[in-house]
Amino acid sequence: MATGTEPDLDPAGGVRGATRAAIAAPHLRTDRWWLSPALTAAGLLAFVVYSTWRAFANADYYAAPYVSPFYSPCLAENCVPMKGGPNWEILGGWWGLSPALLILIFPLGFRLTCYYYRKAYYRGFWASPPACAVAEPHRKYSGETRFPLILQNVHRYFFYAAVPVAGILTYDTVLAFRDEHYAWGHMGLGTVVMVVNIGLIWAYTLSCHSCRHIVGGKLKHFSKHPVRYRLWQWVGKLNDRHMQLAWVSLLSVAGADFYVYLVASGAIEDLRFF
Amino acid sequence: MTSYEAGFRVWRGDTSGGGLEDFKVEVNDGEVVLDIIHRLQATQAPDLAVRWNCKAGKCGSCSAEVNGRPRLMCMTRMSTFTRDEVITVTPLRAFPVVRDLVTDVGFNYTKAREVPAFVPPAELGPGEYRMMQEDVDRSQEFRKCIECFLCQDTCHVVRDHEENKGAFAGPRFLMRVAELDMHPLDSAEAEGLDRKTTAQDEHGLGYCNITKCCTEVCPEGIRITDNALIPLKERAADRKYDPLVWLGNTIRRRSR
Amino acid sequence: MSQVERLQWDVVVVGAGGAGLRAAIEAREQGARTAVICKSLFGKAHTVMAEGGIAAAMGNVNDHDDWRVHFRDTMRGGKFLNQWRMAELHAREAPDRVWELETWGALFDRTADGRISQRNFGGHEYPRLAHVGDRTGLELIRTLQQKIVELQQEDHRELGDYEARLKVFQECTVTRIVKDADGKVCGVFCYERESGRFFVIEAPSVVIATGGIGKSFKVTSNSWEYTGDGHALALLAGAPLLNMEFVQFHPTGMVWPPSVKGILVTESVRGDGGVLRNSEGKRFMFDYIPDVFKEKYAESEAEGDRWYDDPDHNRRPPELLPRDEVARAINSEVKAGRGSPHGGVFLDVSTRMPPDVVRRRLPSMYHQFKELADVDITAEAMEVGPTCHYVMGGIAVDSDSAAARGVPGLYAAGEVAGGMHGSNRLGGNSLSDLLVFGRRAGLHAARYAAGLDVRPVVDEGQVDAAAAEALRPFSAEAPEEGAPPENPYTLHQELQQTMNDLVGIIRREPEMAEALQKLAELRVRARRAGVEGHRQFNPGWHLSLDLRNMLLVSECIARAALERTESRGGHTREDWPGMDRRWRRANLLCRLADPTGGLAATDPVRGQIRLEREETEPIRPDLLALFDKEELVKYLSEEELHE
Repeated sequence: MATGTEPDLDPAGGVRGATRAAIAAPHLRTDRWWLSPALTAAGLLAFVVYSTWRAFANADYYAAPYVSPFYSPCLAENCVPMKGGPNWEILGGWWGLSPALLILIFPLGFRLTCYYYRKAYYRGFWASPPACAVAEPHRKYSGETRFPLILQNVHRYFFYAAVPVAGILTYDTVLAFRDEHYAWGHMGLGTVVMVVNIGLIWAYTLSCHSCRHIVGGKLKHFSKHPVRYRLWQWVGKLNDRHMQLAWVSLLSVAGADFYVYLVASGAIEDLRFF
Repeated sequence: MTSYEAGFRVWRGDTSGGGLEDFKVEVNDGEVVLDIIHRLQATQAPDLAVRWNCKAGKCGSCSAEVNGRPRLMCMTRMSTFTRDEVITVTPLRAFPVVRDLVTDVGFNYTKAREVPAFVPPAELGPGEYRMMQEDVDRSQEFRKCIECFLCQDTCHVVRDHEENKGAFAGPRFLMRVAELDMHPLDSAEAEGLDRKTTAQDEHGLGYCNITKCCTEVCPEGIRITDNALIPLKERAADRKYDPLVWLGNTIRRRSR
Repeated sequence: MSQVERLQWDVVVVGAGGAGLRAAIEAREQGARTAVICKSLFGKAHTVMAEGGIAAAMGNVNDHDDWRVHFRDTMRGGKFLNQWRMAELHAREAPDRVWELETWGALFDRTADGRISQRNFGGHEYPRLAHVGDRTGLELIRTLQQKIVELQQEDHRELGDYEARLKVFQECTVTRIVKDADGKVCGVFCYERESGRFFVIEAPSVVIATGGIGKSFKVTSNSWEYTGDGHALALLAGAPLLNMEFVQFHPTGMVWPPSVKGILVTESVRGDGGVLRNSEGKRFMFDYIPDVFKEKYAESEAEGDRWYDDPDHNRRPPELLPRDEVARAINSEVKAGRGSPHGGVFLDVSTRMPPDVVRRRLPSMYHQFKELADVDITAEAMEVGPTCHYVMGGIAVDSDSAAARGVPGLYAAGEVAGGMHGSNRLGGNSLSDLLVFGRRAGLHAARYAAGLDVRPVVDEGQVDAAAAEALRPFSAEAPEEGAPPENPYTLHQELQQTMNDLVGIIRREPEMAEALQKLAELRVRARRAGVEGHRQFNPGWHLSLDLRNMLLVSECIARAALERTESRGGHTREDWPGMDRRWRRANLLCRLADPTGGLAATDPVRGQIRLEREETEPIRPDLLALFDKEELVKYLSEEELHE
């Protein structure tokens, strides 16, 4: 028999289990497999830090005519007035914290249960698995079979919520074609930022796997539903890029907010085109 | 033609143990890892056990792990490695080893039996089937599967957790459930079999955390996660996590 | 020795490719308890490599098609040497066998009105091949595999055991068919590859469905399993092999890189518009249309090109001639110095179809060239050359029942059976052959087993002898004192080189005589082939045992090829270039020279194989009436025409 290592065999030890080929190493990958989960974790962490700061800041989110996507729509009374903008005080005056916290639940939930982000944080934060064919460090694994992860199945409801939110942000973007005195027909760098952002938000939202299922994926016979079949194909094409869209829309939403912050805090002036 | 000598480390052993053995072996232009394993057999290790068959990426027999990644040896070209790189070849690490590069893949055959077969429509005879191309496209993609079991091997649900093997069918066979559920003429539902529900209740769909390693290793390029597993999860959600459906079922159960 | 484990079944099917699985399904549905034995894992059989499609005259794409046209094409393709009753049954039953697959879950590509789409192929007058892209064989094997699983699920529901009535013994090899004292089949002797353990399956019916012999040739599209096991098992059991000289060289195999030389490039490439060019850029096939096909093929490139869109008013391009013609043409071009850099010719689709169409219609070809040769077939031409692909010869069987001649209880179906394809097989006819005759073999094997009052009893002596034979490589004697025993891998390589060089696509008498000499030497050395290690999954040992079969089959091919002094279909003699009508009626049968099955004969002249010549049965008049007189004159002798 070949000479080599005689590893300590653990009956439930996964790749090092008693019946598997006796190899002590948890993996034999020679490439930089850790790079991708590390970048993912770093990117997500940076966003979490930034968005937590901005969500709790409760300041510098409106610079006429631009509203930060973090604060729209505003459902509490304690928002700054935004002329023609998304001041919808449904909850009345009792809410004392940052109004961003009320609305961010929806996009947060949408992204948290998104099939791509799930992959990203299961790999990046939870190392389950860290990378393909790299042993994970957990003794037990039940996946999404029980509470709380079974709740991932509600993704479609967050999708339903994400659609009107994206609609409102679209409305905000339309409002961005005014100048700071609310006169129509103007455009500035902020308008461009918001247009790009809303384009990416829609692309990300519509490329969602639940959306793909709802528009046509659930059908058994495409041939009987030609319109939904076309829609399904179209969403499918977007869905191919779901991961890329998830990242660029995350960047753009933070970028749009940051631009509004810079203008609102007076750090820069909005660049007016006309 | 140019040739050079490459360093190989091949796992040799059986159920009682074993280890990586070093070899120096000739490599020629255009060769794949399986060619090198065959050269080892013919010149240095005549009893080196390896499974292979078509050597053209069509049968899915020569699955192994090359430098730690699940691959078909016949489709792994030597030109993807540098000449001074030592190439490590081990058996699939998710299944019990038999000898050298051969593992016991019986798990997969057990799971195959647990998926109820295609149910033909009662009202149609042979030759009367009419199906549109757009309706068979999805299932056809899944039927490209050559059953190399690399997805089953790489899936951490069973690779890292032997105890899940009972409850979890693995990507290949969840994809089989999806294939049948999307088959335009499968009549399982008429027979009282709801594949959407059983995918979760009997085949362990919930264990999948969509980390996409199955898709990454698939030599056929089947988009297992996006096209089979996630749609199946959505179909299960239709049945089980739609509050309206849930409410309806509860009321019906009450009134009974 | 006699403590070898015994298992009792009604029908044993050796081989789990298309024919074997179809036979097993039929036998089980007839009520027989059926065991399937295969060398590989279940579902990996060589059938998965079939690409083009299943020929069946369903008439979905062109409604002029029917079984008579298919029969005609098959006979023409086989140059009228076909066992005509088989060709008839095959053409009549193929559509039912394909439709049946749909009821088992197969998903073929569709026509616009939702029926099974059919594609053009060499030698077929109408689009006839049911297909799934270029992976039809995979669909076939998977469908049959899943049907077997369904039957097992049924047994599990009824009897609580998946394997109560249908069991697959995977990764097991049969080394001998065991017979009783009266010469009736009573079982098979096997070893399990994984453990090396021996066992005997006792069964009154044995269906051989082991496929072909390509691994005796160096350049082949066949997998390692194709070592002629079934051919050899039948010979050793006393059944004759028919017309073994006919070996099909597929015109288009990959030629570069060397490690993939021989891997198949599907005929669909040509069926869908691919053209063959030599190094001068010329579509040379127009120079190679033989007289018998002159009226059926286009004379100009323009006409050939029009045919793809308007097949009713144009003749097909000569790239779609039967395989033997195309293979010989390529061979001649390369010999004349007009070949491609790596010794093939160019097969081009890139200038004929837009890239996305190529990728959609030929996905696995695209993949295969991209991955294995770094060639993008949507942008550049492929280099192709002939590769050993299929053996038309095989076990001589009864057309209707697939029963092997002279051995009660033995059946054969698929590539291992002879007769169906005559001297050359048309593309697409192999998958339909598997289904039609697989079913028939299973049916008759089950009936035969059910009809026996008393089961034949296994002769213990044969079991002991088989066990001793199988163990011999472990105690091989060295050629001389102190030297190591023969290396089976080396012997195999020498055998392949011999067959490739001396009994290959173009044959000459002195070379074949040399081949017989060489085979005799190899036979002597093969008896001293030895292996290291133990019996557990030991490929060296497995190869040593397979060598016996390859040597037997190779000798059959060489002897029959030497005997047939004409060129016909898959048998081309440089010294006898024409087709000779007198040979149309001649079948060559190979039998074991020493009928006791001992393999001691090493005399190169006598060898292990004895040839017999027999006259074929006249073609039934109503079938003959399907052809024009002018056409028949080219094939049949005067006497036949007047009968």
